[in-house]
Amino acid sequence: MKTNPIRHAPPEAISDHYILTLYVAGQTSKSVNAIANIKKICEENLQGRYDLNVIDLYQQPQLAQGEQIIALPTLIRQLPPPLRRIIGDMSNTERVLVGLDIRKNA
Amino acid sequence: MTKLKPASTSKPTSKPAPKAKPPPKPRPQLPKAPTGIQGLDEITGGGLPKGRPTLVCGGAGCGKTLLAMEFLVRGATQFNEPGVFMAFEEAAKDLTQNVASLGFDLKDLVARKKMVLDYVYIERSEVEESGEYDLEGLFIRLGHAIDSIGAKRVVLDTIESLFSGLPNPLILRAELRRLFRWLKDKGVTAIITGERGEGTLTRQGLEEYVSDCVIVLDHRVSEQTSSRRLRVVKYRGSTHGTNEYPFVIDEDGISVLPVTSLVLQHTASSERVSTGIQRLDAMLGGAGYYRGSSVLVSGTAGTGKSSFAAHFAEAACRRGERVLYFSFEESPSQIMRNMRSIGIDFEPWVKKGLLQFHANRSSFAGLETHLAMKHKVINAFKPQVVILDPLNSFVMGGNEIEVKAMLIRLLDFLKSEQITGLFTSLSSSGGTLEQTDVAISSLIDTWLLVRSIEIGGERNRGLSILKSRGMAHSNQIREFLLTDHGVKLCDVYVGPGGALTGAARLAQEANEQAEKLTRQQEVERRQLELERKRKVLEAQIAALRTEFKAQEADILKIINQEQARDALLEQERVDMGLSRKEDATAKNPKRGAK
Repeated sequence: MKTNPIRHAPPEAISDHYILTLYVAGQTSKSVNAIANIKKICEENLQGRYDLNVIDLYQQPQLAQGEQIIALPTLIRQLPPPLRRIIGDMSNTERVLVGLDIRKNA
Repeated sequence: MTKLKPASTSKPTSKPAPKAKPPPKPRPQLPKAPTGIQGLDEITGGGLPKGRPTLVCGGAGCGKTLLAMEFLVRGATQFNEPGVFMAFEEAAKDLTQNVASLGFDLKDLVARKKMVLDYVYIERSEVEESGEYDLEGLFIRLGHAIDSIGAKRVVLDTIESLFSGLPNPLILRAELRRLFRWLKDKGVTAIITGERGEGTLTRQGLEEYVSDCVIVLDHRVSEQTSSRRLRVVKYRGSTHGTNEYPFVIDEDGISVLPVTSLVLQHTASSERVSTGIQRLDAMLGGAGYYRGSSVLVSGTAGTGKSSFAAHFAEAACRRGERVLYFSFEESPSQIMRNMRSIGIDFEPWVKKGLLQFHANRSSFAGLETHLAMKHKVINAFKPQVVILDPLNSFVMGGNEIEVKAMLIRLLDFLKSEQITGLFTSLSSSGGTLEQTDVAISSLIDTWLLVRSIEIGGERNRGLSILKSRGMAHSNQIREFLLTDHGVKLCDVYVGPGGALTGAARLAQEANEQAEKLTRQQEVERRQLELERKRKVLEAQIAALRTEFKAQEADILKIINQEQARDALLEQERVDMGLSRKEDATAKNPKRGAK
């Protein structure tokens, strides 16, 4: 209210939009599960205000270094800031929501 | 089996067939990837196991990262084996800066596609876990890096950081095991570093997974000086040195100093070099020390050890040789001032570049650092003579064994380089003089012992040659003086209590002088007397001769008178016969015959 510029910055519209990237490796069961799980979570909680990219690192291995990927599958939340990472097959919905900082009733 | 029968007949007791072996042929060796790190290849018999992972572990600051980095850099620059450095702790930029001080230009190597630096950044607070995961990302990342430059070497530094960065250690363990197997399948020679844990080699027990070769680094402090050590704990399929080897990290990287890497094969020169003191040369078979030998000057405090060293240094400079003077107690200017007082001026030689001083306190670094520093300076300056003054300032507390080991290595190094080494050693006045603090006497070729001889209320300096290999040398204890013109060996006066020194020697000298004078005077006196006697005799002879002459004259006179009288008588008789008309004149003889 007084000093923090983020509070005054353009409101809800932008900060509500989620840009997510899911990195996987091939068609392993973990990859498949992760893709299915995250799609479901996004549809249920972020309908209409998210972009989800799925990247297969086998196809683009050079991205692993740039994005600091170690564990797979990794979901990265580029927006809204700050950057967040969630690793695993996204089977624990609760933790994904916490990790993405999504309030259900928002 | 039947072929081997002859062998069985010759040795009937043993079961011959399976044991008999074809004549020795070169055994197949485990392929190895040379590290290029000084000394490490000697310990490991050629390097790390090629195509296998090696675990390098140790506490914080022991040099793991550096060893791994040098392995990669040397591989890329010397053995044409590009490498991937995957850092989990330091950012690529920091790493580049850190190793730049060692002369490793990582930027250039990366630009030339000889190396890939990959910094793996994991921040635990940014990572949320949801369900099962694996480390395929790391595999892909590493695989991509390896393939992009055709890497043969890989370093993972320090992979254990994953345990603090990622949840679920069980998954990590399984994945790491898979990683090491994968590295082996890739055929890359890998170094995995690990932080030392309590009771285990690494915190996460990586040694269970990486078990082909394990190297432990250690950095310990004893007596307030630190020293680094390296030990090859295991090396599957290869023999290796098992000792703890000291190593140093300096501006050229790591050098491990294996004692055993030096074999006693140096050629011995028969050339002799002057000691700088003529009479000492004479004592040493007339020609001085052997070139390439090691000379020890030992003695109690203030006996002039450094002066002998200075003489030798100056003589070498005069011959146009280069001299390296390591001083551990005096600064160069102090040495120069002090030596000027005995007429040795080092300044021109320093200016000419023939003499170099290296002065530092022995406590400024551990022994290994000292040794490595000396190696380096010697290699750079290429001296013919090296002086260490004094040796035993290294001994602090109970590190004699280490000091001895260091000196052995140093001496061997000097000998292999045909450098004449002169060392001084301070003997503690309580102990036996014929024993050095660091027990290196057996390594020394020529040993001069200088000592204080305390007789008659004064101290004098005595020099003796305790041993000198390969030459006939004097067994005399000689007194020497430190004069304006350097060390002066005095003549020997042996009294009832041994060699006379100092005032006693001076007294003896005076005595002898006096005796000599007396004897000389006596001789002169006798000569005078003889002369006098001769003169007396001659006078007597002259007198006799005069007397004789007088007598002779008298006698001749008488004889003449007698003859004259005879003639007169005869004449008278003839005259008388004539007067008597006697013809007896003619017959006179006949008459006489009647």
